[in-house]
Amino acid sequence: MSVPDGKRWFLPKESLDALIAVLHQQQYVVIGPVFHDRAIRLEQVQRADQLARGVRDEHSGGQYRLIDGNQELLFEYVVGPDSAKKFFFPPRQELFSLHVKGEQFVIDKVGPAAPKLAILGLRPCDLAAIAVQDRVFGYHQPAGDEAPWASGFRCESELYYTQAREQSLLIAVNCVRPGGTCFCASWGNGPQVNKDMPYDLAMTEMRKGFVIRSKSRKGAAIISSLSLRDADDAEVELEGLLLQRAAEHMGRQLQTDDLPQLLDRAIDSPHWDNVAKRCLSCGNCTMVCPTCFCSTVSDSDDLATGSTTRTREWESCYTHQFSYTTSGPVRSSIRARYRHWLRHKLDTWHDQFGVSGCVGCGRCITWCPVGIDLTAEVESIRRYDSRDENHAPPRITVEARP
Amino acid sequence: MPVQTITRKTETAKPKLAVYKFSSCDGCQLSLLNLEDELLDIVGAVEIAYFLEARRAEQPPPYDIGMVEGSISTPEEAERIRQVRRDCKYLVTIGACATSGGIQALRNWADVDQYKQYVYAHPQYVASLETATPIATHVFVDFELRGCPVNARQLLELITSLLKGRKPNIPNYSLCIECKRRGLPCVMVSKGEPCLGPITQAGCGALCPGCHRACYGCFGPMEQPNMDSLGHQLTGTQKRTAREMKHMLRMFNGYLEPFKQASDHYERQEKQNA
Repeated sequence: MSVPDGKRWFLPKESLDALIAVLHQQQYVVIGPVFHDRAIRLEQVQRADQLARGVRDEHSGGQYRLIDGNQELLFEYVVGPDSAKKFFFPPRQELFSLHVKGEQFVIDKVGPAAPKLAILGLRPCDLAAIAVQDRVFGYHQPAGDEAPWASGFRCESELYYTQAREQSLLIAVNCVRPGGTCFCASWGNGPQVNKDMPYDLAMTEMRKGFVIRSKSRKGAAIISSLSLRDADDAEVELEGLLLQRAAEHMGRQLQTDDLPQLLDRAIDSPHWDNVAKRCLSCGNCTMVCPTCFCSTVSDSDDLATGSTTRTREWESCYTHQFSYTTSGPVRSSIRARYRHWLRHKLDTWHDQFGVSGCVGCGRCITWCPVGIDLTAEVESIRRYDSRDENHAPPRITVEARP
Repeated sequence: MPVQTITRKTETAKPKLAVYKFSSCDGCQLSLLNLEDELLDIVGAVEIAYFLEARRAEQPPPYDIGMVEGSISTPEEAERIRQVRRDCKYLVTIGACATSGGIQALRNWADVDQYKQYVYAHPQYVASLETATPIATHVFVDFELRGCPVNARQLLELITSLLKGRKPNIPNYSLCIECKRRGLPCVMVSKGEPCLGPITQAGCGALCPGCHRACYGCFGPMEQPNMDSLGHQLTGTQKRTAREMKHMLRMFNGYLEPFKQASDHYERQEKQNA
């Protein structure tokens, strides 16, 4: 795991309000983790005392509970159901309204302007997920990337997303207490930020304050305006120890090095039938997944004004109607839909976007109503695979569009 | 296609709307009347030709759109629905009663004569069928709107889509999709509630989970619901009894497959356990 170089400062707990004030001064809408509806949610905050404090989360397959934690600590939990996705790619968005006048379409309204957000308390896996969606929505193309998607192949090119991302400020919090369904370490996506992740500031919580580092000019400007002292050697050492311990306490593990090959071979694995018996095809996993990006558009009419509004909403590859074409749904069974999702996430995502679609946040495991566990399903597929070594159909590849 | 007929009609005169009541509580008709902001627009776009709950005046059939609330539970209703079908070009059932038989379909598992003895002083005056059945059991239905009651937005969407001549945007997927779009934390995962959302059709806007409650399935089964898996989770991890499962599934849409089949399964299990 790569530890970013650079200087560490120390942000005392009582200066969190000063940090939020600086963000407000710079016209940011500040988002942070709050305790709301029995869960840690990402919502707008005005002051530091609105942030969730003294709560821990317990995660297992299909179960999420919050319990009392250390009242001195603000970030004793990991991720709730929300991720940054809902801010950059809103679950429901009116794209435009128009009406017909004579032979012409007249635009009545266009979509909302992208907000200027400072999101506080994102976890390293959330940052990894943002980096994935940056590729999906065409926000950022890492230099020197020769993958097919880099040559112009885009699933969607998304103006709102790119604007909101451009204006955003991301303040990450490293994880010192991983959850029961976390496996970010298996992907190298945590428990602390790394140099490939898109963040401005990253903090590690200690009892009296945070060891904080900056990656961008925006982040450095905020540090200097807060006039923080340098972190001392003991604090930096403690940070290292806390993060090392966290890496050793991941709730789940996943062997990630051979997944595309494994899942290509597993196209006819008997295990898909086993999962299909349990999968509800309800779509919860795709909704909470920080990288899933499927959406649908629909038109609605206003009887009074004659105006028609086009709205985009999150959709899921788990719905029967999602793959509906003139000849009917392409994936008509739950087995086919689960297989499609898992193979896309761990296998064909590489062909499409040059990275894995899974970041190891564990949300799909926690928030599956019947607790289907991605890491366990992959292990089962692996067991079937090792039993039948001759079973190796040709690799299916996705060609980039010319 | 009936849809095209309606569109053509708008060019000359306003399409005629009829709203009928069968065995029901009137709640779905009220949902239409509760569309207060849009009601004048609806009246501007369609002629309300027959809607006894809204106006006394009646215009003679034929009607372009017929909306039927309620199930068929009397011999008279079984006759009347045939005439309604003849009178309406496009027939839509609105709500759980019309679409699945509704709460009154609980009688389908019981002895109606016995019920009558309990409830009425003179049961001999009550003419009712042995069963309460959905409209589609009796006549061809063009479209079904689910829910107890129906969702007012879906009613409006249906009317506007028919007027515009496009397909109504009424999803068949799970309630979870709507629930998560609203950003609600899953009540099953975060509270251990027995939620029917993962097998129930969306459309209500996740009303109950929005009030921290489990979905009780009033929109009926979604496309391809996995009854076994949810049942296994509820009876296993959540330790719900077969009796509880039966009652949950039979509450509003018990007579609609596959809720019916699953509730019968839990009834057999309940008897075995006893």
